[in-house]
Amino acid sequence: MSYEVLQVIWFILIAILWIGFFFLEGFDFGVGMLMPFLSKDDTERRAIINTIGPHWDGNEVWLLTAGGATFAAFPHWYATLFSGFYPALFLLLLALIVRGVAFEFRSKDANLKWRNLWDWCIFIGSLLPSLLLGVAFANLARGVPINANMHYTGTFWTLLNPYGLIGGLGTIGIFLLHGAIFLDLKSEGIIRERAHNFARKFWIVQVVLTLVLLVSTYFFTDILDRLGVNPGLVPITGFVTMLLTGTFLNRKMIGWAFAMTGITVALTLTTAFIIMFPRVMISTLNPAWSLTIYNASSSPYTLQVMTIVALIFTPIVLAYQGWTYWVFRKRVSADPKTLTY
Amino acid sequence: MDPVILSRWQFAITTIYHFFFVPLTLGLGWFVAIMQTQYYRTRDENYRRMAKFWGKLFLVNFAMGVVTGIVQEFQFGMNWSEYSRYVGDIFGAPLAIEALLAFFLESTFLGLWIFGEGKVPEKVHLAAIWLVAIGSNLSALWILIANGWMQHPVGYVINEVTGRAELVDFAALIFNRKAWVFFWHTISAGFATAASFVIGISAWHLLRKNETEIFRRSFAMAAIIGMIAIVSVGLAGHTQGQDLVETQPMKMASIEALWETEQPASFSIITIGDLTGKNLVWEWRVPYLLSFIACNNFTCEVRGVNEIQAEYEQTYGPGDYVPLMVITYWSFRLMLGAAVVMFIVYAYGLYLLMKGWPEKWLKWMKWLPLMIAMPYIANSSGWILTETGRQPWIVQGLLKTADGVSPLSAGMVLMTLIGYTLIYAALMVADVYLLTKFAKAGTAAAMHEAEEIAPAFLGATEDAEPTLLGRKE
Repeated sequence: MSYEVLQVIWFILIAILWIGFFFLEGFDFGVGMLMPFLSKDDTERRAIINTIGPHWDGNEVWLLTAGGATFAAFPHWYATLFSGFYPALFLLLLALIVRGVAFEFRSKDANLKWRNLWDWCIFIGSLLPSLLLGVAFANLARGVPINANMHYTGTFWTLLNPYGLIGGLGTIGIFLLHGAIFLDLKSEGIIRERAHNFARKFWIVQVVLTLVLLVSTYFFTDILDRLGVNPGLVPITGFVTMLLTGTFLNRKMIGWAFAMTGITVALTLTTAFIIMFPRVMISTLNPAWSLTIYNASSSPYTLQVMTIVALIFTPIVLAYQGWTYWVFRKRVSADPKTLTY
Repeated sequence: MDPVILSRWQFAITTIYHFFFVPLTLGLGWFVAIMQTQYYRTRDENYRRMAKFWGKLFLVNFAMGVVTGIVQEFQFGMNWSEYSRYVGDIFGAPLAIEALLAFFLESTFLGLWIFGEGKVPEKVHLAAIWLVAIGSNLSALWILIANGWMQHPVGYVINEVTGRAELVDFAALIFNRKAWVFFWHTISAGFATAASFVIGISAWHLLRKNETEIFRRSFAMAAIIGMIAIVSVGLAGHTQGQDLVETQPMKMASIEALWETEQPASFSIITIGDLTGKNLVWEWRVPYLLSFIACNNFTCEVRGVNEIQAEYEQTYGPGDYVPLMVITYWSFRLMLGAAVVMFIVYAYGLYLLMKGWPEKWLKWMKWLPLMIAMPYIANSSGWILTETGRQPWIVQGLLKTADGVSPLSAGMVLMTLIGYTLIYAALMVADVYLLTKFAKAGTAAAMHEAEEIAPAFLGATEDAEPTLLGRKE
C-alpha cells in the first residue's frame, strides 16, 4: 500500500476508535451522570451502576487505544494535541481516575458518607469528561492557534470559546439521552420508568442542542468551504436520527431509539472528522501551519506494521467485547438478592 | 523553577505511584487463578474461600492500577511532547499494541469475572480470571518493550531530514534483549510482591488462629512461589547487570560508585561521597565481586565513571553524562537489601512448612505483616535506579531528557504536579483503608455476594447501618 493510503487508513481507524469510544463510553457516562437523579435508595443506585458495571472499563480502553494509536500513527498529532490541551486533559484524567476508583470502591463500605462521596465522584467523573471531550472535539473542528513549530500557543481559556462550549453542552446532552435510553433497555421496574420518562422529556432539549451545534458549525468552522451549504448525507442523517429517537421513544421501541442516538453520536463525530480531513490539528494562525495526516504521521514502515497488527487483533477484541454484552444482556433489577456488588 | 525538573518530578511521582499497584496485580492474579482452579478441580470449599478472599483484595488493588495507568498513557504527549515527536514512530507502536492486546483483554474479562459468576458456565468464569492474569502480564511485556527501547535503542534509523528516529525493524524492537530481561525481572518481582502480600496477611490471621486451614494453605502457596520468584528475580537481575556493562556502562559504574576503571573490579559495600556524587569521602569495598556481577567471572575489567565520561564527551560533545550517583548507588542497595529480606522471609516460611509449624518458631511470624513493605521498596527503588541511571538521556545515546519536554510553563506543570500528588495521596488513604479492612475481615466478608447493603439512605440513621461482620449470611 502506498504511504498516502496508509495515512488515510490510519486517520479513519483513529476516527473509528474515537467514535467507538463516544458510542460506548457515551452511554456509561450518561448513566453515571443520571445515577444520582434516577435513584431513590442505595439498592437502586447499585442497580443503575450494575447496568454498566461489567462494561465501563472495557469501554474506556477505547480511549486508551485511540490515544495509543494516535501516538503510533501520528506522533506529531499526539504530541501537539496532548501538550496543547494540557490543562483540559489533566482535568479529564483526574475525573476518569476518581470515577474508575469510585465504581470499585463505593460498595466496599457501608458508611453512607463514604458511598455518597464516591457516588458524587461517579457523577463528576462522568460529567466533566463529557464536557471536556465535547469542547476538545469542537475545537479540533474549529481550529486552534498552532505555530510553525507545531506548538499550541493558546491557553485553557482559548478552548472555552462559544463553539467549544456548544460542543461540550451538546456532548453532555447526547450522552445523557444515550445513557437514559441505555438504562431504559437494561433496567427494570421503577428505574426503567424513570429513565424512560427522562429520555422522553430530555429528547426535545437535545434536538435543540443538536440543531444549535449544526447551525453554529457553519459559523465557526470552515464547513461551508469544504462541504458547501448542503453538508451532505452524514450530518443530515445524524440530525434525522436525532429526530427519530423521539418517535421511537414514544412508540416504546427502545432498541431502535438506542440505535438512533448511537448513530447520532457516530455521525456527529464523523462530521467533525470530515471537516478536519486531511488536517488533524487545524491552525487558526496560518493554514500552512496546520498538522495534516501527511506531515504528522509515522514512517510508512510503522504504519504497515500497525496495520497488520490492527487487522489481526481488532476483530478478536470486537468479538469478545461484543460477546460480554451478550452475556450481560439481561435487564438488571433493583433486587438486592440478584445484585452483584 | 525549571519545567524540566518539575516534569521529571511529576513523571517520577505518577509512575512510582502507578507501580505501587502494578506488581501486585501482576502476581496476585495468578494466585487467584490457581486457587480458583484448585476449587474447580477438587471442589474443596476452602479453595473457593481463598479465591474469593484474595480476589477481593486483588480487585481493590487492580482498580488503582488501572486508573493510574491512564495517566501513564497520556503523559508522554502531555509532558514529553518533544520526546513523543522524536520516538513516536517506535515507542508509540508498543503502546498502541499494549492497549489493543492487553488492556482490552484484562478489562473485559475482569468485568466478566466480577459480574459473570452464575451467569456464565463455571469453566468460562474460571477462564476469565486466567485471561485477566495473562492480560495484565502481557501489558507489562509491551510497556517494557517500549521502555527497553529507551534503554537500548534497536531496529531504528535517524531520518536525516526530520531528525526523528524511525522504525526499520519491528522484530528487533520486540525481541530487544533488554526488554525480555526486564520482563523476566518484572514478572518475577510481581510474583514475589504477591507472595509477600499473601504471606504477611496470612501470618496476621494465623497468629490470631483465624481460619487456620485457609491461611495455612495460602501461606504455603506463597512461600513456595515466593522462593522461586525471588531466586528468579536475582537471576534476571544478574543477567541485567551483565547487559548493563555492554549497553549502559555509565549506569553500571554509577551504581557501584566506581570512578576509575578496575580489573578485577571491587564491589562497594558502603561508599560515602559528597552530595554531588562526584567526590569520594570514604568507602569500603569487596574485591572481585563487581567483576562477577558485571561479567559472571571474577577477573574482568569494569570501566569507571571517569573513563566513560571522557568517551561520551568525545562521542556526544561536551556535557555531564554522569547520573545523580547518590540516587543510583543507594537505590540499588535499597533494592538489593529488600530482596535479601524477602529471601529470608520465604526461607523462614518454607522452614515452617517443612517442620510442620513448630511452636517455638511461630513467634517470628508477627514480623511478617510488616515485611509486606519489602517488595514495594524493592520495586520502587528498582525503577528509580533504571530511570535515573539512564540520565541525562531520555533515550540512551540519542535524545536528552531536557530536549524531550513539552513547551509548558513551569507554573502549569507545578499545578498539575500538586494536583496529581494531592489526589493520589487521598486515593492512597482510601485504598489502604479498604485493603486493611478486607484483609483483616477474613474470608467471611469476601463471601457475601451482596455484601453490606445499606438501608434506604434517605432518612436512614447512621446506627441503622449493618456492619461488615455483624451481618448475617
